Amino acid sequence: MRPEVREALIAKLTALADDEVILAHRNSEWTGHGPILEEDIALANIVQDELGHATLWYGLRQALDGSDPDRLAFFRDAYEYRNCELVELPKGDWAFTMLRQFLFDLYETLWLEAAQHSTYQPLAEAVQKIMREERFHLQHTYAWVERLGLGTEESNRRLQQALDMQWGYAQQLFVPIPGEELLVAEGIVPDLAPIKARWLELATRHLQNSGLKLPINPGYQPTSRAGHTEHLWSILAEMQSTARWDAEAKVW
Amino acid sequence: MTTLPSTEEVWQALARIPDPEIPVINVVEMGIVRDVRLEGPKAIISMTPTFSGCPALHLIRAQLEETARSLGFAEVEVKTVLSPPWSTDWITPEAKERLRQYGIAPPRPTRERGALIELEAAPTRCPRCGSFNTSVKNTFGPTLCKAIHVCNDCKEPFESFKTV
Repeated sequence: MRPEVREALIAKLTALADDEVILAHRNSEWTGHGPILEEDIALANIVQDELGHATLWYGLRQALDGSDPDRLAFFRDAYEYRNCELVELPKGDWAFTMLRQFLFDLYETLWLEAAQHSTYQPLAEAVQKIMREERFHLQHTYAWVERLGLGTEESNRRLQQALDMQWGYAQQLFVPIPGEELLVAEGIVPDLAPIKARWLELATRHLQNSGLKLPINPGYQPTSRAGHTEHLWSILAEMQSTARWDAEAKVW
Repeated sequence: MTTLPSTEEVWQALARIPDPEIPVINVVEMGIVRDVRLEGPKAIISMTPTFSGCPALHLIRAQLEETARSLGFAEVEVKTVLSPPWSTDWITPEAKERLRQYGIAPPRPTRERGALIELEAAPTRCPRCGSFNTSVKNTFGPTLCKAIHVCNDCKEPFESFKTV
């Protein structure tokens, strides 16, 4: 693999893993606080899966540059993280959390589907593994969007507010990272443009069928994964504190 | 000098390790152990994760290693393989029957798995009374590999093994 392709692949794997870690940690804030016990359990399951996926992505990076996944997760500051801004936003209410998870799951499912034929074998193998788990997530959040959108006036209003806030942020999922075109040219990762077209079509249809209106003005659309909201600093402070206090702390 | 066990004997020993979360089936019939290779005093065991975030994986890995060491191997390597991805089709028919007796509806063959977004999945058979008149209560259960259902006939809640 040419050095510049390898560098781009390391950056892409980091972005994929960082999205999963931050979204998982954000959603783990619901553990013990879910609206009902079953949903508390369901979201904790989804979180656990996303962390499993992050482990796979960091593992692929480790195979390329020898980096330690735990060091990457617990010892990088916000400016070194490459997650999109959508996943770092505070958890908000249940509608906010479910909508974000739906928008992300739909993107992830479509990306994985397109990435299964990657020319980079380790990535193709990880994709096969992750896809089997991701479909359960999408089923779950797809149903929640419908339930809240067509539920009560209040649930519809809350979901609409979440959509107005998140729609612009979600577009960042389809902004290529610097150097991604090299990976696309080699068939290592799929081109984001057709994935975005399918995502827009499927998301729009489901949101509208669930009684929601797409925002006319999409609002703020982040373009660089090097930039973050202030929320990333506080979530990392909490997530990393134990490891930074005692780097030798053992897992239970 | 003691003789080391054969590959077959290693497989038999590993088949005595119960799955940490579902102890009625062992890690071999679960399809987690993919390969055993012996190179002199070294045993190389390949395992594959069921669900990538399954917290039992650490324990299974440790138990595979410990078991091989207890058989006399000086060096044990437990490798993780991702391909082909683990499938519930690899759970043996006997193990599936034990799952049912344990109260967990066994997974179906994956060829019956539906489309990307499938909201009206075919009903799962109640492991207690055998009725198909059941409903899904939660796609997610107490462990990553299980979902929660309720039987509308015998009125009992039950778990099913997800088909992956």
